[in-house]
Amino acid sequence: MVALPAPAVQPRLRWSAEGIVPLVIFAAFAALPLAAAFGAKAYILALFSRIMIFAIAAIALDLLIGYGGLISFGHAAFVGLGAYAVGILSAHGISDGLIALPVALVASALFGLATGAVCLRTRGVYFIMITLAFSQMVFFTASSLAPYGGDDGLTVQSRNTIAGFALMRDEQSFYYVVLGFLVASYLLCRALIGSRFGRVFRGARENAARVASMGYDVFRYQLVAYVIAGSFGGVSGFLLANATEFVSPAYMSWQRSGELVIMVLMGGLGTLYGAILGAAAFVLAEEWLSGLTEHWKMIFGPLLILIVLFARGGLVGAAGRLSRAKP
Amino acid sequence: MSVPPLRLDALHKRFGGLLVTDNVSLEVRPGELHAIIGPNGAGKTTLINQISGVLAPDAGRIELAGRDITALPMHARATLGLARSFQITSVLPRFSALENVALAVQARSGSSFRFFGRADREAALNDQAAAMLTEVGLAERMHVPTMHLAHGEKRVLELAIALAMRPKLLLLDEPMAGTGREETERLITVLRSLKGRFPIVLVEHDMAAVFALADRISVLIYGRILASGPPDVVRADPAVVAAYLGDEME
Amino acid sequence: MSLSLLLVQILNGLQLGVILFLIAAGLTLVFGVMDFVNLAHGVQYMLGAYLAVMFYGLTDNFALALILALASALVLGLLLEFAVFRHLYDRDHLDQVIATLGVILFVNQGVKFLWGAAPLSLPIPEILSGSVVLMPGLLYPVWRLVIILAGLAVAALLFVLVTYTRVGMLVRAGATNAPMVSALGVNIRRLFMVVFGFGTMLAGFAGVMVAPILSVEPGMGDSILILAFVVIVIGGIGSIRGAFLGALLIGLVDTLGRSFSVDLLRLFLDPSSARTVGPALASMLIYLLMAVVLFMRPAGLFPAKGR
Repeated sequence: MVALPAPAVQPRLRWSAEGIVPLVIFAAFAALPLAAAFGAKAYILALFSRIMIFAIAAIALDLLIGYGGLISFGHAAFVGLGAYAVGILSAHGISDGLIALPVALVASALFGLATGAVCLRTRGVYFIMITLAFSQMVFFTASSLAPYGGDDGLTVQSRNTIAGFALMRDEQSFYYVVLGFLVASYLLCRALIGSRFGRVFRGARENAARVASMGYDVFRYQLVAYVIAGSFGGVSGFLLANATEFVSPAYMSWQRSGELVIMVLMGGLGTLYGAILGAAAFVLAEEWLSGLTEHWKMIFGPLLILIVLFARGGLVGAAGRLSRAKP
Repeated sequence: MSVPPLRLDALHKRFGGLLVTDNVSLEVRPGELHAIIGPNGAGKTTLINQISGVLAPDAGRIELAGRDITALPMHARATLGLARSFQITSVLPRFSALENVALAVQARSGSSFRFFGRADREAALNDQAAAMLTEVGLAERMHVPTMHLAHGEKRVLELAIALAMRPKLLLLDEPMAGTGREETERLITVLRSLKGRFPIVLVEHDMAAVFALADRISVLIYGRILASGPPDVVRADPAVVAAYLGDEME
Repeated sequence: MSLSLLLVQILNGLQLGVILFLIAAGLTLVFGVMDFVNLAHGVQYMLGAYLAVMFYGLTDNFALALILALASALVLGLLLEFAVFRHLYDRDHLDQVIATLGVILFVNQGVKFLWGAAPLSLPIPEILSGSVVLMPGLLYPVWRLVIILAGLAVAALLFVLVTYTRVGMLVRAGATNAPMVSALGVNIRRLFMVVFGFGTMLAGFAGVMVAPILSVEPGMGDSILILAFVVIVIGGIGSIRGAFLGALLIGLVDTLGRSFSVDLLRLFLDPSSARTVGPALASMLIYLLMAVVLFMRPAGLFPAKGR
């Protein structure tokens, strides 16, 4: 696979950055609604819900890219599939989250299985392009689904209920539901990385031939990881559709896939919590810059280039350099 | 009448116009250390690659303890007990020496499709790995990420990884490539201690090591086996001396 | 479904294929020789179109606009290479993808900034406008024929250059094994500049040629770039021959698929289902094709680096 820069932090649970940073992040997220009691509360809650939703997808993508060396440029497809599960079910009158979420998961997992089986036979540049192409395929398919809005997208009648409770209908309550999913996703991915499975998967990134010669069917491990990562993407999509109460093919465009990769890179590859920071940085930068000028992409584009050229390791890497540079 | 641990039957391999493996037939006897020698470019690594499953032969059969493995992928052969070390050091750079070996042990210790529970805290895996590293003399360096190990230490680690797989057949592809005097001595001692436990196929250039360790030697020249037999016989074979050993022994 | 409709769509498929080839040729060589993932290649195509529109507005002469557009597209491409791409050759693919993504964002927005978001167009030169009768009942636009012929001519030219000239041989060698070529004393960077410049002009040329028949708008390079990726993935990275055959295949399959999917499905399904499923299936067709090819040949049909 592709040679990537060393992960900023090795996956060892010590009382180090790796233990403390996620706690701080989650505590900050949990405290936000209280701090935001003054001012545009609804706006801030919606904004940070959005950040957390993308963070879930970004964490899963970091699993693939940062730990597995699999540069998937089609991750948005999973998010879109999860969202459309909610949308299509809603169009047929089903708005129970306990139905929509499993459907979203199954759809994403199956798509991951089918496309992963093809993608993972390829290497390097081919892998990047074939994942991107599959994402486009889902995008075009959704665009041509006339009964479900086609190009224009589909409005979701109302947010899902969970076991009958309207947990997601209130902005603050929804926020905490999303936070719960984020923490759960993070912990699950963290466990996965340190597990036997995770060790084989990480080893395959270091040297796939060596791992195969130890007796591991590398393809199978990578496929399972790909399906798992895709499923988290589906969860993200399920929450996204509920957040915006709208689904659109744009959710699965290759631009969105690119944005997810940018988030992971901005935060710092191979740390998991970096993906959360990257999602926050991206969404906030987008919010701020688009407020400055409608041509904000002319600023963001070069910013990306500069980050790639000079800020290796993203935010986590930069923080590491700063802490090492202390006198 | 016992089944040979490894049997090669009329293997052929061609790269474009170049015949790299030319009708190679070979039998490894139980418990023996069988060396394969030959000049550079003779096709030794290609042969090892075919045995371990990296390359597929164009024709011929490979049998591991009587079982036809010619069509099996690399990982399946490893599960059957075929372990190899690589000529160009092939370890996991950011993993520690211990983790490298522990991963090899893990492959033979039940399913690795376990998604919970810290693998690096499994005492059974770590203990076995540590024992392996102690046996090859890397005990003090076991927590060092392998990218920081010296070249000779990595060669020894290669061996430790292969041993951790509890091989029924060990393929060693130039384990002493690029090692200094001291490391070479250490490797020879380790290999001597392994003799008899399981059959070993040793590809090597270091003639002193080969003649010190081998029970039988096969000479590979331009993809063909020129001679095969005990060291004294091979050493005295005029064809072998003319083609290869003559230069080596000067 | 009549024969003439089928022939028209085949010609349309060839036209798309030829345009795809012009874009894919540069892309595949850049990958092959420098191992550089250039997502921003599509903006060269877009710039060709916009520059042609601009120069036509200034000169009122298509031929002049074409030449000026090609020249300035080349200059802009080299500028991008100097400012951004050059620093990425030693980086891993992920960095290259993100950085070139940044270039796309910048140029797409820049184009919107300079020319606005509304689609622009370019009139077809007088003598080449109108349609020609190829067969009784078969009327086909002259300009589209010009595109097909021009594309085939360029393909032939490239084939001659790559097969029979010294530079061409170096390019082929570089696509097969760049470090080796460099070790043999060839200035691989200079070779790459030639390849890059050529690829840029090919993409720009494609942009100029489609400007009269497609809407010139920001982001027009993006969707065709993805198609070009599918082309080179199917054809094999580093191979001009693969890019040519892949491009024609994709062009034909996509065009014919879109035109006849509904009709074909009507043989198996009822009309309304066919009308729903048809377009969806048609848009998936080339990706399914790509999946099938890669399943059997993970390195494409004619990879430069061998199987």
